[in-house]
Amino acid sequence: MVEAIFVEGLIYGIMVLGVFITFRILDFPDLTVDGSFPLGAALMVQCILMGTNIWLALLIAFIGGVLAGITTALIHNHLKVPNLLAGILTMTMLYSINIRIMGNRANVPVLKEETILSSVSEMFSSFIPEEYIFLVFFMLVVGVIKVMVDLFFRTDLGLTMGAMGNNEQMVISQGVNPKTLKTIGVGFSNGLVAISGAFAAQYLGFADVGLGQGIIISGLASVMIGEFLVMKSNRIGVLTFCAIAGSILFHAVMYLGRYYGYVIDMTPNDLNLIKGLLIIILLVITQSKKLKKTAIRAMVSK
Amino acid sequence: MIVLKNVSMVFNPGTVNENPAINTINLKINEGDFITVIGSNGAGKSTLFNLIAGTITPTQGSLALNNRDITHEPEYKRAQYIGRIFQNPLLGTASNMSLEDNMMITHKKGFKWIKRSLNNRMRDYFKTELVQLKMGLEDRMKENLAMFSGGQRQALTLLMMVLSKPELILLDEHTAALDPKNAEIVLELTHKFIKEYKLTSMMITHNMTHAIEFGNRLLMMDKGEIIFDVEGEEKKALTVEKLIEKFHQIRHKTYENDRSLLSED
Repeated sequence: MVEAIFVEGLIYGIMVLGVFITFRILDFPDLTVDGSFPLGAALMVQCILMGTNIWLALLIAFIGGVLAGITTALIHNHLKVPNLLAGILTMTMLYSINIRIMGNRANVPVLKEETILSSVSEMFSSFIPEEYIFLVFFMLVVGVIKVMVDLFFRTDLGLTMGAMGNNEQMVISQGVNPKTLKTIGVGFSNGLVAISGAFAAQYLGFADVGLGQGIIISGLASVMIGEFLVMKSNRIGVLTFCAIAGSILFHAVMYLGRYYGYVIDMTPNDLNLIKGLLIIILLVITQSKKLKKTAIRAMVSK
Repeated sequence: MIVLKNVSMVFNPGTVNENPAINTINLKINEGDFITVIGSNGAGKSTLFNLIAGTITPTQGSLALNNRDITHEPEYKRAQYIGRIFQNPLLGTASNMSLEDNMMITHKKGFKWIKRSLNNRMRDYFKTELVQLKMGLEDRMKENLAMFSGGQRQALTLLMMVLSKPELILLDEHTAALDPKNAEIVLELTHKFIKEYKLTSMMITHNMTHAIEFGNRLLMMDKGEIIFDVEGEEKKALTVEKLIEKFHQIRHKTYENDRSLLSED
């Protein structure tokens, strides 16, 4: 079952990359994720049911996510709404849109249809053991996406985006409109989240309108766990790797909670509580680390 | 080059907090001018810079650059030809990025595309330019800017701004937050770059000696007005005493603490 943790961690890792881009690089806490994740799932599933080419379906899911992100960015930029509220607005609207996309149903299964995953497992089942097909496949997919994200953030545009989360005035001083950068960044991030949702739907065998509930918390927890692995680095390759590794670790913890939680009388309903507590604990540890550092510095300077 | 015509700026108009920060200013900045700006706190120096840079739009009047109206041009567009350095040395650079990445971002103004321009040729170019600062930064290209001191970052901001060849540079007390030694280094570099690249520039300073020593023109501001504007020989003949006397002469008033208002050093 270890490979199941890895597969889940990798699928959700794509979403974590998206969350990492908005929260850490752009400094734009974006809650659209809770809506764009099921949006990706809904678009993917509906396209599969309509018989669209499965790769085209994935592209459509990506574009849907990008549009959702752009909506949030536009609301924030032009109506001067705080970014958190803009994300909540889009997320709330997406709930209805997702149900519309799925044909006024809250849950649509795709167990018997041909999906990317079913065709992949068919293709390789002769020479890779069944349980490792998905693992290898998602390692490849996530690897490619990670490298693409890394390359993007090393381009001039990517570097400028990195500077914006740090120092918006610097970006303005360079003659770049920060609104444009936010729109591109948040759009791109939600595109990734939608792809993650599309894969999750195929892996689970259904799309559900509640699939994204609290997903932003999972994403944030994963990013924070990842940051524990390497505290400081300015290399984007390291940072994205940490985000994905954080996602896998997070899912390992959740897996333990789900399967062995009964030992301490825990039910799957308690998982959201655990997620929240996990984030709080991580925050406390980070804070105390910082305090210790400043205390040591103060002592040295004395 | 840049002309301000009857520019006024009122903050919170029509409320109890109404604050007329700039009162009908007319100013013509000529090409090649190096203008020092002095005035007490609240005289409107920074507001004047904000108006020129486009951070705020005037409530009245117009601004023009080479006869082109720029009154409503947003700050990020004006940044293509106006460079600005703030008092806070952290505002010019990104802390959690490496020196070479910072230099790459500031190398060219305007929108950046999905293109990787940072290569060894660019690195060599940056290194040769960094040597001018004489701070040994050319050997620290991969280090995060968070590791650099305020003076180093301000010097870097200055260099990066100069390299982007702006038409006008605005220096908003850019040495005030530095320790005396670094302040002197940065000020010397400023002087050197302005001369070398023949930059049109404006510098706010609280230091009257500097205001007299540097530049070819001096503006004194008070209560949102430019009360004194000298250049050329007349400016060269100025001393701190004469400046304070001039202030009294114009304003017909004495502040007991006028030395601290205009602050000698």
